[in-house]
Order: sequence, then structure tokens, then C-alpha cells
Amino acid sequence: MTIPSKTSRRDFMKVAAAATGGLFLGFNWAGAEAGPLSLVSKASIAAGDINFNSYLSIASDGIITIFSPNPELGQNIKTSFPMIVAEELDADWSKVKVIQAALDTKKFERQLTGGSGAIPHSWERLRKAGATARHMLVETAAKKWSTSASSLTTSDSMVIHPDGRKLSYGELATDAATLAVPADVKLKDRKDFKLIGKAIKNVDNKDIITGKPLFGLDFYREGMLYAMVQRPSGFGMKIKSVDAAAAKAMPGIVDVVTFRNNVAVVGKSTWEVNKARKVLKVEYEAESQIESTADHDKLFKELLDKGEATVRRQDGDVDAAFKSAAKIVRSEYQCPFLPHAPLEPMNFFAHVREDGVELVGPCQLPDSSRNEVAKVLGIAPEKITLELTRLGGGFGRRLKSDYVVEAAEVSSLMKAPVKLIWTREDDMTGGSYRPAVRYRFEAALDKDNNLIGYKLRGVGINAGNCTREDNFPSGAVDNLLIDSVEHKSPITTGAWRAPITNFLAFAEQSFIDEVALAANMDPVQFRLNLLDRAKQKPVGAIKYDIDRMKAVIQLAAEKSNWGKNKNVSQGFSVYFSHRSYVAQVAEVEMKKGAPELKKIIAAADCGIVVNLSGAYQQVRGGVVDGLGHAMYSRLTFKDGAADQKNFNSYRLIRMKEIPEIDVHFVDNGIDPTGLGEPALPPTGGAVANAFFKATGKRLKNQPFVLQDEMKGVNLGEKM
Amino acid sequence: MAKYKLDINGKTYEADVASDTPLLWVLRDNFGLLGAKYGCGIGQCGACTVHLNGVAVKSCSLPVSAIGSKKVVTIEGLSADGEHPVQLAWDEKDVAQCGYCQAGQIMTAVALLNKNPKPSEDQIATAMNGNICRCGTYHRIREAVLLASTKMK
Repeated sequence: MTIPSKTSRRDFMKVAAAATGGLFLGFNWAGAEAGPLSLVSKASIAAGDINFNSYLSIASDGIITIFSPNPELGQNIKTSFPMIVAEELDADWSKVKVIQAALDTKKFERQLTGGSGAIPHSWERLRKAGATARHMLVETAAKKWSTSASSLTTSDSMVIHPDGRKLSYGELATDAATLAVPADVKLKDRKDFKLIGKAIKNVDNKDIITGKPLFGLDFYREGMLYAMVQRPSGFGMKIKSVDAAAAKAMPGIVDVVTFRNNVAVVGKSTWEVNKARKVLKVEYEAESQIESTADHDKLFKELLDKGEATVRRQDGDVDAAFKSAAKIVRSEYQCPFLPHAPLEPMNFFAHVREDGVELVGPCQLPDSSRNEVAKVLGIAPEKITLELTRLGGGFGRRLKSDYVVEAAEVSSLMKAPVKLIWTREDDMTGGSYRPAVRYRFEAALDKDNNLIGYKLRGVGINAGNCTREDNFPSGAVDNLLIDSVEHKSPITTGAWRAPITNFLAFAEQSFIDEVALAANMDPVQFRLNLLDRAKQKPVGAIKYDIDRMKAVIQLAAEKSNWGKNKNVSQGFSVYFSHRSYVAQVAEVEMKKGAPELKKIIAAADCGIVVNLSGAYQQVRGGVVDGLGHAMYSRLTFKDGAADQKNFNSYRLIRMKEIPEIDVHFVDNGIDPTGLGEPALPPTGGAVANAFFKATGKRLKNQPFVLQDEMKGVNLGEKM
Repeated sequence: MAKYKLDINGKTYEADVASDTPLLWVLRDNFGLLGAKYGCGIGQCGACTVHLNGVAVKSCSLPVSAIGSKKVVTIEGLSADGEHPVQLAWDEKDVAQCGYCQAGQIMTAVALLNKNPKPSEDQIATAMNGNICRCGTYHRIREAVLLASTKMK
């Protein structure tokens, strides 16, 4: 899917004499094996392709091109979207070609990646895109054969006559496309699905395994400059003075430009820019309060007691419930800031010209990125084109458009095409993190161990509402109070895969384990009983599906032989997020007196599974993500600056540290409800609960490896 | 600046760059070999892994001046069209999510299997531990290495 560029960069390249004396072209983009990344949507689609709708065109040779509009960052949308179109079209999947569409708000709706929402939002639209085209092809064949359309069937890009005659979609496409698009078409019965629910390989596998340039960082344009930006040394700092003389004098440097609170070094290669940046002399001074992690730790405690809280949900009379309680359980949980750390650092290409702006790169909200660039440059969004590369991970970081805007600003200042690159250090220190949060939970049990009161207060740093007040167990408890306090900080935060729930779920599910223990109940039965109670006697609004939640709990319990294997310590957790439900059981075994995490069993209900291979890995990857960050990762601050700057001090999970992970799906036929995030939230709780079962020690703060409770426990290589 | 003649994927390339330029950036910015990725720049994530005389190395931390006449192989030189058994195994196991780390993972796996054609799961984990996959595809990477180990000649 990569078209080699016609341009070359001979000004950079040398013709080198090979050892044998023969001439070798050192490098030439046009003839390069890999070539620079050039986007297909720039090139014309094969002449003769017939467009049926925004998603679909069919060529006379039978090749079906399906445009995938949403950014691909590893959630496998570029395979699953086309599968849905191809399913209803009855296309021969081996002849389907998939192309990443550029931003086009006229053709596509919700062209973004976030909130695990792509499939749920587009499910029907994609099915109709395939089904209407199929309908038109069948109608055309019916006319040609002078028979009724209802007598015809389709399979593998063929319309089939009852007598066995066949017409290929390629033969029918030209005439079919002249028909009116039907307003209403019948969609397939689920039992007739041929592609959906199967394990279909990633359509980009071959390009990935051969190292083709697919990513933003791989994009190249003739004459483009490379730029890196020196941002403030800490949050709350601003530039006092800039001395760029030494940097400007470095080889390969074109210019050093200052904009807003940033200094951009612009040059002819990545390394030269990186080197020049190191001799840049920028002094900073405080602009607002300068914070450290020690301040936050203190603040958390103060605000939990005295903070002005915003009430998020209130049912019954909690004060009365706690006064009458036979037993009260109280516990606090804390999580650190986390950078998103996608493996491909932030980068974007921008070319700001007199007549318009060209943007190319990896982002999750292309429309927002375009609008923000338009605002900063003071031009109409219609003057801006944005093409999407593949994203080397996102995790929410690329929902922010800061780096896109920076690229456009630097291009505008330089009057040249610019590729802006963040280093890993920029990524870790440059902001927009998962916010640090501390929670206090309180539960009141009556003399019969019924949960009669429940309180949750969350204190977050730039976390907005750090609760999810309508989630379980809300609705199952008569007297409940959930509120939150926010501390405003110069440290920037943003959505991080499964925002808020990525940590709240751990805290809540660990606390429920504590309450179940206090009530002398099995933790699974305790949850099921509460759900039954919510069903029979709902308290206030219930915004989760009780039956779906019960079903994943039961499936996880069944698949893990919950409570039946005496040689392992099991921990349970279940969470509802982004419309889907995931329950997990973690299993810890004692090895030579030390606990070892052996296995995690996940049961997921995301409705209909579109691509079994992608979905299975999405859950397993989500569990690995949830486990790794709960176990190892944290970002701390000193005087406004992040302490951890790269992977030598910021720890991500590695292969040695992964347990076995089993994945099971609930088969309920519900339209898809999303899977990009929901598998992550339950993991920390399941693991912590299993460790508690094994050791009697409860992990209340992340990352686990740095907690006192884990002293002496061997959890892989230490950093 | 100095001229460096490099043997990459069996061809001779020449670059006029500063001696401390990491091989990664010479490959990417000068030669248009973009399969090796930048992930951390300090040899911690493995996205930039290439082979130097058959050994897996982190090209982000290897200055061009240290290469000399040693043979460099990048993902582009592993096979003509993705038919190396390790690449085929990566496809069969449908390993990639975002895919950014996978060229580095494959290069590390190939170097492992060339040295140890039948590695145990522990040996695989030890060899692959320097390669981060932020998406968490580790299980499939391990499965793919095991699969490839049954097909390597």
C-alpha cells in the first residue's frame, strides 16, 4: 500500500563507488527498497474503480477497495472496519484492498480513535455501506439475466443465479453504480456471517514485518526540515532568556526560532538537530506554582479531609447508615502520574504555504488537530488537509494536538515543510499525563453483614471528576455518597487509555474485596448478591447492565474454576467501562515462600466480536498494559520537572514479566460495544486481590513493586 | 563530518556525517532505510534493532564510526519479500498491534534463532527482554518465535 515517491533527494545523497569499482547509487528514494512513506490517498486509485460510497469502490478486475477512515493505532480498526463492510457485501476477502482515508468530514462521521467507540458507532453505517452496494450489484445482475433479484444469491464477490451462472462484482460494478442507492436494505442475520467473528489477520501484516515506512516518523518530503522543540524545564516555568548562538553555529542547523514558550531547533537531519539542541542555552523562571510529588502526597491527605468536594452522586442517608453500622471498613488507594509512552514518539509533518496547509502524521483526533492548527494560524479549516499515517501507539496521548500545532507553527515560521519530532525525553517530560489520584473508600455493614452504606471521595490533580459515580456498586447500596476534589496544577494531564477507570477500577475492586472479607463472604458471591439486589431493588439510576455484568462474572468464575484450586491464590475483579464488561481472575502461586503471578483469566462482553484475532489480542494486550503499569510504572516530579526521562528510569513491562493470559468472550449477539479499553481497568484489582490472598498483604498504592508490601518479593529485574 | 562507507544488506552505502551519528539516523535520514525505528535513543526499547555481523544491536546507540567493515543487516535486508521464517511466523501468529516495535522484535528473534535454533520459552524471554512492545503483544511474539524455531533451516 506504499507508493514509492517520484521524488529523490539527490542533494543529500552521494553516489558511492563500490569496493569493486563499479558505481552504486548510495541512495535514491525513487529506487529504494523501502522508499519514503507516501500516502496512497495522494495517488489516484486505479482508473476504472467505481465508487459506491465513501467506504467502497470496486474495480473491473474485481479488486474491492475499502477506505478505513479512523486512525489505526494498534486497535486493529483498519482490519475490522473493512471486515464489516466486506461481510455485508459478500466480498472475496482475498481481493479486498484497504486504504487509510485522509481526514474528510464530508465523507465520514466520527473519524477519530478514542473512547473505544469506533465499532459501536460505525457498526450499522459500515454494514449498510456493504449491504447497499451488494443490493445494487444484485439488482444489476437480475436485469442482465431478466430475473428477479430475490432469486439470486451472493458469495465471494459473485452474484449467483439459481441455475449456477455467475457474474462477478467486477463485471457488474459499472452498471450497478448507476442505480439509485437504496434507502433501506436488509442486513444479514448473524448466523449468516462469514467473516465477522472469525480470526482475520491484520491487513498491514506484510508491510509491518518487512519494515515498510507506515508511521509518521517515516514520512519524508523533498526539501523538508527537521525540528525539535525545547520546552520549559518544568511545569509552571517560562522562558527568561534564550541564547541560540552556539546552536545556530552547529553543522546542519538552518535556524533556531522561539514561539510561545518554546524554542525550536531546525535543521537538515534528526541527529544534527538533536546535537544542536544540547548546546542551546535557555534560562527559565517560575510563572506559576512549582510542584513536586512530595507536595502532592501532602495535598492528597489535606484535601481528602478538608477539600471542597463536588458531590457526584448521593443516595439515601449515608450519615445515618454509618452511625448505625455494626462494622465500618475504611481504606485509601493512590496512583501516580503516568506518561502514555507510545513507542513512536510524537511527531508531525506540516507544510504551511500561502495557499493552504498540508498536515501529515499520527493523531487520534484529526478533525480537532486541523481546527486547532486553523485557530493558531488564523486560517479557515477548509484550507488545511490532514492525512493520517499509522500511529505507533496512542493510548490517549495523540488525542492532544499540541505537537501538531507545534509542527504547523514551526513550518509557518520557517516558511518551509517541517517534520517535528519529540524525543523520548520530550515525551516523558513534556506533559499530558494520566493524573495522580488518591481515593478514600468507606463501607458500612449492618450486623448481618449487609452493605448499608458506601462512601467514595476522590482527590485528583487536574483529574476533573476522578470518580465514575454511576458505576457498580452504585444502585446496589441504599445509602451512598460519591464526591471528588480537584487540585489545579500546572502539570498537564489528559485522557490515558481507560481514563480514570484505569486506576479507579483497581482501587474500587480492591476495596470491594476488603468489604467482602469483612462481611465473611466469598468475593464473587458478594458481588453477585449486590447485583441481584440492584436488580430487585434498584437505588437511584442504574447505568450499567446488571445481567451483562453478572454474565462476565460467572464466565470468569467458571473458566478459572473459582475457589476450587487450593494450590493457587485467586483474586477477582470486574469492571464496566466504555459500554463493555470485563471480569478477571488473577492466580498467584507461592514459590519458595514468594508469590508469583502465574495466570490471568479474562472474560469479556463486548457484544459481537468482529475479528476474533484482533479482539483476543486486544484483551490480552489490555491486561498486559493494566498489569505492567500497576506493577512497575510511575512518574514523579521535583520542582515541576519529571524525574523519569526515559526507559532506563521509567519502567514498562517486558516479556519476562508476563503471566499466562486466557481470554474468553460472552456470546450474546448484542451489537458490538467496544474493546479498545475495557480489558485494562480490572487487571490491577485482580492481581492485588490475588497477592492479598497469597500473602495477607494488601497493595494500596501503585506501582506495586515500590510498595513496602512487596519487599523481598522477586518480581523480575529491578530498576 | 567524515565519509563512511557501510555494508548494509549486502550493498555499499556512503554517508557524509558526523562521527557520532548513530547508525539508526544514518539508516533513516541518509539511506531511507526506515524499518529500524526510534523509540528511546538509549538502547532500552529495542525498536531500532539491526544485525551487526549477525549479532542483534541497538542501532540508536551505535555511532557510525564504530561500524567499520562490519556487515549491517536491517529488516529490509532480511528477505526479499517477507519470506524469512521469522517474518512468516509473525504473519501466521498475527503478532502486530500498532506494529512500531515489530521490526526490532523480528531482528532480535532472528539473531536468537541463528544462535540457538531451539530456544526454550525462558531463553526466548531472556533474548527478547530488551525489546519493549507497548501494546503488549509479548505472548504472540513468543508464540511466533517458537513457531519459527520449527521452520528455521
